[in-house]
Amino acid sequence: MRIERLSKRFGDFTAVSEVDLHVRRGEFLTLLGPSGSGKTTLLMMIAGFVEPTSGDLRLDGRSIRSLLPEKREFGMVFQGYALFPHMTVRRNVAYPLEIRKRPRHAVRERVDEMLALVQLEDFADRLPHQLSGGQQQRVALARALSFGPRVLLLDEPLGALDKKLRGEMQVQLKHLHRRIGTTFVYVTHDQEEALSMSDRVAIMNHGAKVQVGSPEALYERPATTFAAGFLGRSNFLRGIVTGRRGGCATYAVAGREYRQEDPERRLQPGAGVTLALRPEKLEVAPARPDGVDGAGSVGAGNAGPNRLAGVVGDVTYLGSTLSVSVTTDGAGTLIAEVRPRDGPGVAEPGHNVCLEWMPDAAVIVDDMQSPA
Amino acid sequence: MRLAGIHHGAGGACWLLVAPLLGLVIALYAWPVAEILWLGFSDPEPGLQNYEKLFTRTALAKILWTTLRICTITTLLSVTIGYLIAYTMVHLGARERSWMLTLVLISFWVSVLVRAFAWLTLLGRNGPVNAALAAGGLIDEPVAFVRNELGVLIGMTHYMIPYAVLPLLANMQGIDRRIMDASHNLGAGAATTFTRIYLPLTTPGVVAASLLVFVISLGFYVTPALLGGGRVLMVAEYVSVQVLVTVQWGVASMLATLLLAGVFGLMYVLSRFMRLGDVFGARA
Repeated sequence: MRIERLSKRFGDFTAVSEVDLHVRRGEFLTLLGPSGSGKTTLLMMIAGFVEPTSGDLRLDGRSIRSLLPEKREFGMVFQGYALFPHMTVRRNVAYPLEIRKRPRHAVRERVDEMLALVQLEDFADRLPHQLSGGQQQRVALARALSFGPRVLLLDEPLGALDKKLRGEMQVQLKHLHRRIGTTFVYVTHDQEEALSMSDRVAIMNHGAKVQVGSPEALYERPATTFAAGFLGRSNFLRGIVTGRRGGCATYAVAGREYRQEDPERRLQPGAGVTLALRPEKLEVAPARPDGVDGAGSVGAGNAGPNRLAGVVGDVTYLGSTLSVSVTTDGAGTLIAEVRPRDGPGVAEPGHNVCLEWMPDAAVIVDDMQSPA
Repeated sequence: MRLAGIHHGAGGACWLLVAPLLGLVIALYAWPVAEILWLGFSDPEPGLQNYEKLFTRTALAKILWTTLRICTITTLLSVTIGYLIAYTMVHLGARERSWMLTLVLISFWVSVLVRAFAWLTLLGRNGPVNAALAAGGLIDEPVAFVRNELGVLIGMTHYMIPYAVLPLLANMQGIDRRIMDASHNLGAGAATTFTRIYLPLTTPGVVAASLLVFVISLGFYVTPALLGGGRVLMVAEYVSVQVLVTVQWGVASMLATLLLAGVFGLMYVLSRFMRLGDVFGARA
């Protein structure tokens, strides 16, 4: 399925602007963005409930833009599930099959199969309000899949569930996707869901597509400050490029020079640069007696880490890691995530420390501080 | 146990608190009504002779039949029209909806007497409707819209439409529109979605509206009297004649008892199928 320059405007407000997206057959694609980023509107346009202002939607090369929702053969799991409250679980799941006038025994067989798939065989004769949130969610899933849709659309299906159940459902959904092989288009604002389930994630902000890629690619190589900040946590360093040294560019922040790996030579001397630096890529080392600060110490060559001195502010215990905030001189407050056993003695509030990171640890990103 | 005891005690105190009000209701309402109803068995002499008249006097049976017929048709018409109005309102923008609601409520507040006279003027032999139809060449003779059963039906339906709209509107506003989206998404067209999803979901509203309209229609007095031109006699008017003109309290009381029993009977039948609290929008 191809989404081509699809836009939706409500009066003066542009909900979705010129989004291009290629949904591959059988993949699990997540539209990830904060509320108001246009991800749900985009999904509603795919489902046919919202008419695009401009652009096109193609499925296997044929435009489906003007096709009614009931003709699209897309299953959908709605936010809040939208089960038919007056029908039992069995009749909810049978509904799309009865609409398609499948023979009665085939309907029964298929419904049983679907209920087994979502492990709700024992609840077939209950009404939706007699089920828990997680069970309702599974009914919605079974109903949307029972007629063998070409694409399954999911609109924040786990939004109403508690954290533990959400985790279990994530695993089940991913399992289900692998078993049935249907294309899933999943909308969420939860980055953890997006990372854990998707083959690819499309990050959206202000109605526009920011970046598309596999979860790993997006996490390791975010293209913009928004992508870096929305998917996981990130520190940002803003400086001026000063020159090159081997495969690295050098840049200055507050008068000190650092090195950044840049084999593609994206950084030109004199230009501004923004770097995203994941907290777990920062090491917290004891403050150095000689006060060395900046790009590698003398004699360390190209292999040495960048160093930046600072004072520890808060230390937050997160179980498997410690989150340490370090106020630096000139580069603002940076967050480092370290293993708890590395913390004692060094990462204590008020201590002078030295932050270290390798020249390949940071990622050059487009600054989205002031979106156009 | 202690807690339960305290709770029970508090319940008793609550009853004490509402006791004066309860006493007032019994003294000023329940008791007089019971007295009136008793007249049906005791006036002019004790016995069931008033009820016997139902079978011996054909006029009475005819009045009851007219009442039932008119109320049923009124209910059908006003609930159907009310359904269309409520459906339109739910699917309009918030501003248009509040305008429509205002219009519905204005007609709700206009006195029944004023409305009956308005219809008489509009639909009379020389009224604007007949004049327009004649001018348009559609009719040669004025159509008798009023002073007959048709007039009564027009007037009553008009009066009852707001009563149908309000419960239906409340019901329809409570329906998540995504449920209809889901039906479309699953492959159902507009007609199937309406008959299989929307109609069942609005059934409680339809039942509530029908019941409300039917029960209120049973007691109609002014509209049939004016728009029926004396030719359409319904129970309420007949009761009034029995009390004020012929002074047959027994017969009047018998008919009132029948109406009351009919209403309670309807409620009972209904309660077998659905919780009345749901129908009338009460929340526990």
